[in-house]
Amino acid sequence: MALVELSLPRADLSAFVKPGSRDEGLLELLVSGAHCAGCMARVEGDIGRLSGVISARLNLSTGRLAVTLSRGGDPALVLETLERIGYPATLYDPEAAEIAQDREGRAITMALAVAAFGAGNAMMFSVPIWAGLFGQELGPATRTLMQWASAVIGAPCAVFSGMVFFRSAWRSLRAGKANMDVPISIGVLLTLGVSFQETLLHGRDTYFDAAVTLLFLLLIGRWLDHSLRRKARGAAADLLAMQASTAILLDGQGHERRVPLREVMSGDLILVRPGERIPVDARVVSGTSELDNGLLTGETAAVTVETGEVCRAGALNLSGLLTLVALARSEDSTLAEIARLVEAGSQSKSAYVRLADRAAGIYVPVVHTAAALTFLLGWGSGLSPREALLRAATVLIITCPCALGLAVPAVQVAASSRLFRRGILVKSGVALERLAEVSRVFFDKTGVLTEGRPRLLAADPADIRRAAPLARASSHPLAKALARAAGAGPAVENAREVAGQGLEATIDGHLYRMGRADYVGAITGPSSETELWFGEVGADPVCFRFADELRSDAAATVLALRRRGCEVEILSGDLEGPTAAAARRAGVTDWRSQLTPQDKAMAVESAAAQGVRVLMVGDGLNDIAALSTAHASMAPGTALDASQTAADLIFSGDRLGAVVEAMDIARAAKQRALENFAFAALYNLIAGPAAMLGLINPFIAALAMSGSSLVVTLNALRLLRGGGR
Amino acid sequence: MNILVLLAPFSLGLALVALGAFWWTLQHDQYEDPQGDAARILIENDEDCPL
Repeated sequence: MALVELSLPRADLSAFVKPGSRDEGLLELLVSGAHCAGCMARVEGDIGRLSGVISARLNLSTGRLAVTLSRGGDPALVLETLERIGYPATLYDPEAAEIAQDREGRAITMALAVAAFGAGNAMMFSVPIWAGLFGQELGPATRTLMQWASAVIGAPCAVFSGMVFFRSAWRSLRAGKANMDVPISIGVLLTLGVSFQETLLHGRDTYFDAAVTLLFLLLIGRWLDHSLRRKARGAAADLLAMQASTAILLDGQGHERRVPLREVMSGDLILVRPGERIPVDARVVSGTSELDNGLLTGETAAVTVETGEVCRAGALNLSGLLTLVALARSEDSTLAEIARLVEAGSQSKSAYVRLADRAAGIYVPVVHTAAALTFLLGWGSGLSPREALLRAATVLIITCPCALGLAVPAVQVAASSRLFRRGILVKSGVALERLAEVSRVFFDKTGVLTEGRPRLLAADPADIRRAAPLARASSHPLAKALARAAGAGPAVENAREVAGQGLEATIDGHLYRMGRADYVGAITGPSSETELWFGEVGADPVCFRFADELRSDAAATVLALRRRGCEVEILSGDLEGPTAAAARRAGVTDWRSQLTPQDKAMAVESAAAQGVRVLMVGDGLNDIAALSTAHASMAPGTALDASQTAADLIFSGDRLGAVVEAMDIARAAKQRALENFAFAALYNLIAGPAAMLGLINPFIAALAMSGSSLVVTLNALRLLRGGGR
Repeated sequence: MNILVLLAPFSLGLALVALGAFWWTLQHDQYEDPQGDAARILIENDEDCPL
């Protein structure tokens, strides 16, 4: 995870407290690890007892903890307490927390409830009418009474719950386009109007219950679609809100103050501890350290920086304490060029036409022509205008797009909940549609094909044992990798870290050093591998070599993708040597190295220009432009937050096989959606002509509509089965 | 048949009560934290309760 574990000093965190009523303030945190009643009681109890805390309430579903603080309350104390009891928390940008209010969702839920009420109760009066259709005894006076009762309940409910569609149809008509909601609105309003006319004139067929049932079924689809988007948006918002991270500002007197990133101005002095990321583009004022630019450029080797050198935002500070002067604000830092490419990429994506809209593009003109023809031909062939209009309305309602409106959302909800169980987060349903169409896959190397962290190559176990106590005392990634290889054990206590060089400690009266070759006292030529030297001062040092290992299933994944008809290529910002080696071991023949972010985006664009739809899998800042330009994109959970925001899908865990899995499910989802469309087309081919010939009565309409929706939904649910754990 | 005049409005009234209750739950954030509400009932805070 790109997040830095919070080990905050007692710094000023008041920037994160949102002022509330009177003297109170609200602090929002994202707590990890709380999953049960016990956790909840622990968190709320321990935080609630702190001085200055008025109340604490944990939302177990979203992991958000809302703490109300009195004037003297200390946010840092809350964070420390959470850390101590084992639920590390992340600060939440108060502005990002605002978007939790879900007005649209509530409106849709209420419309759904009213439609359900209307459908159920209008049907209570429709059943006697249906009985009358089949020769049961029903006098005209009773029938009219039933029709009025059905109208009084059905019509207001249809108008209320139909507002969701009417508004959207009106918006799209004013923009000069016709979306799916236009035929729905016309169908519902025409049906209600004709039914009122029939009731007034004591006709036989009214469709109040059909109109409101149609809206009920459509609203189910709308509700599913909305909750999927909300869930994905919530996850994306969580990422953005946490990305808000902070910077430590130094004021004139040398006091440290932790502020939200957006408050850092050019010229401010900032402090960056080892293990933290450089918050904005900045120049080193004092201190020496090594920076890991892995997420920025894809380079595996660390870069040493000294006073006067420029560090770029996003680089990870590895070893020394750095004091920097900011050269740009946060918004300008994240490389204006990349931001521009991202924007261009998302524009090209918004031109994508969803599957359902493509189907609607065929469906709408056909159905409207059929309805108009029914009216004109019926009138022309001797029916009264009233009868002809009734038939036209029947055509519109019976060929309702329920199956279309429900077919795609149901499939996408089923597919993304199955992916979610497998640790893959889908940002939107459209992303799945695009993923299904992909025929070439571009992989980034560092952090995607590889694990993105060094691993010790073959070394003498005795050397490892000797070096381990010193390695365990360091926070440097190479030393950590060595400590991992050595396993658990004691660490030296008197280690002294020399920033940018290494560390030394006295063990049994002998001085040992670990770090760069010249620091430890070795004379070497250049080497391609990343190295860590260790030895007693004055004696010959030993060298540990590290490499960024491939993920264990990288080669298998490449093979599986090939078998599914996808070409695989590596786009890396790293040097030629490591890229070639990784490509060889992963079994990839096409690779390009030393690419800039622009080069990567260009590669994606030129593939798109040849008509090839590309899936980009990347994690770094140098991949963001390509991620947002590609037809579909995936990022691992360890990626930079900005990359996760740009990607369509995010997979967690160590397995690269998630890419194959996501592609399989996306393709299966598309298959199900197409099956549903085929079924809807077949249904309309039978029901449409029947309605045009006047063979449909209200009972058959009610059966056919709910029946077709049920079939479509059950077919979508098939996605939940099979293949899973 | 006269019983209809009594029963139909009565059943409608019941359904309206249910609809109103659902509207109330929506307005009062009853669906914000389903997992938390399920877990909260298991937490014992007997010290607050004199009985």
